Amino acid sequence: MSGEKQEPGLWKRTTLVARGTTGQFDQGARWFLIVLATVAIAVPILNQAVPASSPLHLSAFGITLLGKYMCYGMLALAVDLIWGYCGILSLGHAAFFSLGGYAMGMYLMRQIGRRGVYGDPILPDFMVFLNYKALPWFWHGFNHFALAAVMVVVASALLAWVFGWFAFRSRVTGVYFSIITQALTYALMLAFFRNDMGFGGNNGFTDFKDILGFDLHSDLTHVVLLVATTIALAASYLACRAIVESRAGRVVLAIRDAESRARFLGYPVETFKLWLFVFSGIIAGIAGALYVPQIGIINPSEFAPINSIEVVIWVAVGGRGTLYGAIVGAILVNYAKTYFTGAFPEIWLYALGALFVLVTLFLPRGIIGLVQSRGREK
Amino acid sequence: MRYLSMGGRWLFGLSLLALSGVGSLHAQAPDDTSFLSTLGELREATYSDKATIVERLGKTGHPSTQAVLTAFLEDRLYFRNADQKVFLTKTAEGDPLNLIDPISLKDAGSSPADALTKIGSNNGLRSTLRATVAHFALASPDPAVRLAAVREMSKALNEPAIATLRERLQVETNAGVKKEMATALALAALDGSDSAARVAAVETLKQSVSQDVRNRLALLLDKNSDGSFAEKDDNVRKAAASAVGTIDSWRSFYSGIQTLFFGLSLGSVLVLIAIGLAITFGVMGVINMAHGELMMLGAYTTYVVQMVMPGHIGISVLVAVPAAFIVAGLTGVLMERTIIRFLYGRPLETLLATFGVSLILQQAVRSIFSANNRSVITPEWMSGSLQVNDALAITYNRLYIVIFALFVFALILLVLKRTRLGLDIRAVSQNRSMAKAMGIRTEWVDAMTFGLGSGIAGVAGVALSQLTNVGPNLGQSYIIDSFMVVVFGGVGNLWGSLIGGMSMGAVNELLEPYVGAVLAKILVLVALILFIQRRPRGLFPQTGRAADDK
Amino acid sequence: MVRNKRLYIEDLTVSFDGFKALNKLTLYVEPGELLCIIGPNGAGKTTMMDVITGKTRPQSGTAWFGEGVNLLEMREAEIVAAGIGRKFQKPTVFEQLTVFENLELALAGTRSFWKTLRARISPAERKRIDEVLEIIGLTDQRFSLGRILAHGQKQWLEIGMLLMQNPELLLVDEPVAGMTPHEIERTAQLLTSLAGEHSVVVVEHDMAFVRSIAKRVTVLHEGSVIAEGDMDKVQKDPKVKEVYLGE
Repeated sequence: MSGEKQEPGLWKRTTLVARGTTGQFDQGARWFLIVLATVAIAVPILNQAVPASSPLHLSAFGITLLGKYMCYGMLALAVDLIWGYCGILSLGHAAFFSLGGYAMGMYLMRQIGRRGVYGDPILPDFMVFLNYKALPWFWHGFNHFALAAVMVVVASALLAWVFGWFAFRSRVTGVYFSIITQALTYALMLAFFRNDMGFGGNNGFTDFKDILGFDLHSDLTHVVLLVATTIALAASYLACRAIVESRAGRVVLAIRDAESRARFLGYPVETFKLWLFVFSGIIAGIAGALYVPQIGIINPSEFAPINSIEVVIWVAVGGRGTLYGAIVGAILVNYAKTYFTGAFPEIWLYALGALFVLVTLFLPRGIIGLVQSRGREK
Repeated sequence: MRYLSMGGRWLFGLSLLALSGVGSLHAQAPDDTSFLSTLGELREATYSDKATIVERLGKTGHPSTQAVLTAFLEDRLYFRNADQKVFLTKTAEGDPLNLIDPISLKDAGSSPADALTKIGSNNGLRSTLRATVAHFALASPDPAVRLAAVREMSKALNEPAIATLRERLQVETNAGVKKEMATALALAALDGSDSAARVAAVETLKQSVSQDVRNRLALLLDKNSDGSFAEKDDNVRKAAASAVGTIDSWRSFYSGIQTLFFGLSLGSVLVLIAIGLAITFGVMGVINMAHGELMMLGAYTTYVVQMVMPGHIGISVLVAVPAAFIVAGLTGVLMERTIIRFLYGRPLETLLATFGVSLILQQAVRSIFSANNRSVITPEWMSGSLQVNDALAITYNRLYIVIFALFVFALILLVLKRTRLGLDIRAVSQNRSMAKAMGIRTEWVDAMTFGLGSGIAGVAGVALSQLTNVGPNLGQSYIIDSFMVVVFGGVGNLWGSLIGGMSMGAVNELLEPYVGAVLAKILVLVALILFIQRRPRGLFPQTGRAADDK
Repeated sequence: MVRNKRLYIEDLTVSFDGFKALNKLTLYVEPGELLCIIGPNGAGKTTMMDVITGKTRPQSGTAWFGEGVNLLEMREAEIVAAGIGRKFQKPTVFEQLTVFENLELALAGTRSFWKTLRARISPAERKRIDEVLEIIGLTDQRFSLGRILAHGQKQWLEIGMLLMQNPELLLVDEPVAGMTPHEIERTAQLLTSLAGEHSVVVVEHDMAFVRSIAKRVTVLHEGSVIAEGDMDKVQKDPKVKEVYLGE
């Protein structure tokens, strides 16, 4: 299972996609950043300044939806960084996303305080319900936003590091890696379903009241959260780009295309994979942390293996190995999902299934690849 | 659990016996008239009187006694309002009821239900009835019936019963029945007053593994509220303490075996799934994420076959095996021809495309059969359990699944090693271009190989339908486990799948009682990740240079 | 006791499922020499390279790089760092990187993730890359992607990547397979020019090519050395004729 023989068919067809060695932004990347900036500026205006009666008014629902798409975009970015550039197909990235979400959820639960159904000043409702006498040790300090924010990063990084260390060290590659990442998120899902884990079991966390003192039911808070998410998305995009453009990024590409050659050049392949994986895990974790306050709920079903696999198809649809393509794919597929599950719920799974098949068969470079090759022909 | 209780089986056996009129205990000349008049007394009697009447009936020695009392026990004893004549009926309920003459035991026409009055019984009476009927059963030629009779009698031992047991013990030939009789007698002897006899009885009981015996012995160890022992005899108490210890350790040994067997049967399902995966994943290098859904198709095929032939549940399962193989196999061939063949050599892409197929199949099943679970009926011959002893019962459906998995395994091994198709499959998997050059139709072989792997998934679905409900999510819940088996066993190795599947199933079940199902799964996963550290290519790795090219 | 060799291989045995790929193989490489290893298919040539570079572990025997470095106790990356470079049988260059980038990654220097993240190419490094581009004759293709190179050019690029690491010992597996006569000639020149500064071990089937470059030839058969010496001596050896030259 040496890396270099795995996917000749596909990689041969990819060209210098968004990987200029000069450090300049290619057109797609520039457009992408302009769109993000526009969203960050236009959304507050459309929601706050435009009167609700106007057709241009952006509703609270619209903001939440946009926020969700942005978070999914970050998750897709994280997957593209390791899949598109290093050939590591993780089918468990929802695990990092959910861990980040849970860490943020813990903070939000602590903020509820006496306003819960049972009115306990310390214990969240589900703990009162499950007869907890005291706060479990790992819940201490989560009333501070700073600690929660640190834990978002630490939890996802730690999981990625421990898992990656074991997996890469024993040279688990290709489909083996995909399968055990899938098993990882599955096992975590089962674990979080347990009531005695101290994470609310089946129901997870919900009924959040406020974040940093701002009411989570107000439009303005959501607008701010959306802008924060957009900034986080742009920042992580730029960070990923910086990695990809560096010499380390070229080593990563080298590992993807000819792993043992890179090893014989003396590169510690496992270390490169591990840090890339950890970084990717952190981005996914932050995305999850931003997702939870906007959506208002986190529960174990977020860990479900199908969620992770869906992320992969977002990336494939957008075009892997392009970074912004992954984000575009995430937003497009999720927009379609929102539309279909509303209008034709029966059809959605057929459509998603067909999307998987058609994209792998006919669109191996995704939409961005299609646009680029069109552009070249002209 | 869908098996009949032992008591049910036993009654079933008894009534057959009774209807055939075999087996009378006493050799006295039958007296039809006095038998009928005693029987007639039942119409008016109170429940406690009825018990005396039953005992008297038992002593008449009339050949119909057993049949009549069995009918009474099963609520099939009526009298006709018009002439007050007592009849047996073929069924407990119904209208009209088919009558049986109590003397000749022949059909006696039928009667509307409202023209008859049931002769009722209560719990106390039923236990007397059971003991009396058991008495007759002790003379049955079938050791299973005798065994059940002894068990029934030992629940309520009285002097005459003990006498009968002693008497039958002398002539009993079957070792199992003998042991049961000895146990029953020892239980009775425990209530005696002779210390030596009681210690001897405890020693006899030590060899039993029955829960009842254990509890009876444990009673001897109880303390009164003032701290003194309920049992005054030190020797008896000591013997009982050691006997309880022995019985407990045997019982836990047998329950260990039972758990192991559960694990193996779960493992067998994993083996069946993993064999199919080993072929598509190992031989062809294709990650088929729809494998679980092909299995689901197999399970639904079983359900449909049963719907089509409702009168023949027994053979429908046998019909379902080839049907499921064909349905899943053809679906597999279709997948290979339309999707997978464009993706050879790109395992990650096949993974994504087949995942898409799995979503479509799931939704298709939801559209056709609805999202609700369907339950497949377990045929008669697969229900019930094999009672090895008091502490160990093996359910037939699980037993058959283990056997079936081994059978399929052997068959696939045979196909791959001994048939032309197997040779072609191995040739293509080892060196595609060479095989092609030698005139093997590689495209055809690809389709057949994939069809074979998929067909086996369908067959696994048939087995699974006997263990669990059939629903659209059936495939998903097993697929991760079975990929783990393939990774554990070594890719493309059938023996690896067998040993991997069995051991994962067993470890899962053995861990479950201690840590719970979820934690067991997590521990198995962690163990597997650690295992891959030592053996990255599984239990049975492919070695040499060829392995690197895979 | 032999002394002052570049590479000591003694009594190496490797078996796969009972098949002995190497059978008590003993072989030495002198500093700065160009050694050719020939042998029929399955003689153990590639397996020997695998052992030296840490890809395969032997069941028994020793492999020392100079006097102080035990290769059998080291991982692949450490072996590379110690100064052994390997060119694979199948040319493997990084297809999605340019020729320049391929050489840049091969530069002797940092291999750490964190340092490569910030690494900038220095003028000295750029000069070195230009030199190697000159040696392997790919100066004009410096900004072409690896995948569009011709077969021969890929082989040279790979040799160039080895040169960037400045290894003391170069292992070259079948460098001229599939090359045009002109390319073969250039490759012969290239390898000969490398010897002296580096020890070079070439595994090759092409007899004409071996004759054109080899000072010393070692013949392997069934995992052991059956003959050693210059080309003429080896070709006259009756055992070699029997097993390899087919006479």
